[in-house]
Amino acid sequence: MMLVEKAGRKLFESRKYMTRQPETKCWRRFSEMCYQRNSETTMAGKPKLHYFNGRGRMESIRWLLAAAGVEFEEKFIETPEDWDKLRNDGCLMFQQVPLVEMDGMKLVQTRAILNYIATKYNLYGKDIKERALIDMYTEGMADLNEMIIVLPLCPPDQKDAKIALIKERMTDRYLPVFEKVLKSHGQDYLVGNTLSKADIHLVELLYYVEELDPSLLANFPLLKALKTRISNLPTVKKFLQPGSPRKPPIDEKSLEQAKKIFRIK
Amino acid sequence: MVGNHLLFQQVPMVEIDGMKLVQTRSILHYIADKHHLFGKDLKERTLIDMYVEGTLDLLELIIMHPFLKPDDQQKEVVNMAQKAIIRYFPVFEKVLRDHGQRFLVGNQLSLADVILLQTILALEEKIPNILSAFPHLQEFTVKISNIPTIKKFLEPGSKKKPPPDDIYVRTVYNIFMP
Repeated sequence: MMLVEKAGRKLFESRKYMTRQPETKCWRRFSEMCYQRNSETTMAGKPKLHYFNGRGRMESIRWLLAAAGVEFEEKFIETPEDWDKLRNDGCLMFQQVPLVEMDGMKLVQTRAILNYIATKYNLYGKDIKERALIDMYTEGMADLNEMIIVLPLCPPDQKDAKIALIKERMTDRYLPVFEKVLKSHGQDYLVGNTLSKADIHLVELLYYVEELDPSLLANFPLLKALKTRISNLPTVKKFLQPGSPRKPPIDEKSLEQAKKIFRIK
Repeated sequence: MVGNHLLFQQVPMVEIDGMKLVQTRSILHYIADKHHLFGKDLKERTLIDMYVEGTLDLLELIIMHPFLKPDDQQKEVVNMAQKAIIRYFPVFEKVLRDHGQRFLVGNQLSLADVILLQTILALEEKIPNILSAFPHLQEFTVKISNIPTIKKFLEPGSKKKPPPDDIYVRTVYNIFMP
């Protein structure tokens, strides 16, 4: 029973209303009202994502929500005025996005948001030890992802060096670890033989590896297989199709717009 | 480190409960979870997560500070102070003022309190009056510092490390960039 309805029934059953029987028209109307409010809440209860219209730090959140089969709305920050309004409305705890409005909360900080979603939708392992493994793997991925996220902001003369470093990290530090994990237990998922946020984040990353240089995945057959397997899950498959909320790599025009909105030089 | 004990070839690494944990946040979460410093339910946990993540952004500036070029270090102290006073401290000051409790979340000690105290103390080393406009944070600092376990850690001879100095910086460079 939704909280509103529970509260409604509690109120209704309190002394004041004791003379009414639950089956009377009055209760039915009252409970309909509660139900309607609940439905409205549920309908309006889709998570709402506030970010600019691009990947950035919000993309992992989009992936995770999509993989969990959760439909969401997006409100794009498109002008400096949008950005000012968001900050002045007091919605942003630390004056930063991503911001995800969900379940009555204004969630900020990418990791906090991802952890909440993962816990809510059972993508965070079954116990503290599995959570620790998922955390470790995810944090490694986040370090690599961070390099990719900030790459568009890199000065043109440093870009080649940065890309070379990213590729080196991919093939020397990160991909071998996850290939080894899969090899060690021979299971379909990284942790606990069940889909978790670790698998989703990894597959997202593997798509970026592929975008950078498809040949990089050549020596990682198990990772390639994981990528295929996860991509074929109905929710993920839907997210990978055109027209989904998945964002393309940032182009020059969008980058300039983002810089203008957030007043980055 | 010979023997491949570091998952991503990085430290920190903490050997605990049969695991070789790496990645600071994973280690912090594990310890917090195990010792009931992560709230009583998902909503409290998420609140703690948000506060910790924000505080860690500030702490990161402090951690990286010794490795900046000497010319940039003074500028960065100003940046840290501004971020603390404008972006982070007001949030926690308001949280404490609004609920009037001793701890940030759920009326009990959590990871959020510990990380915030660490950050405040580290900032005070560089900017002694950084809390001057935040009476509730001042009170918070005193109260949390007086918790027996934390009080013990703040005494001389504990495992708490001193502020980074030149020897520390040189050692790090020697190890990671010989």
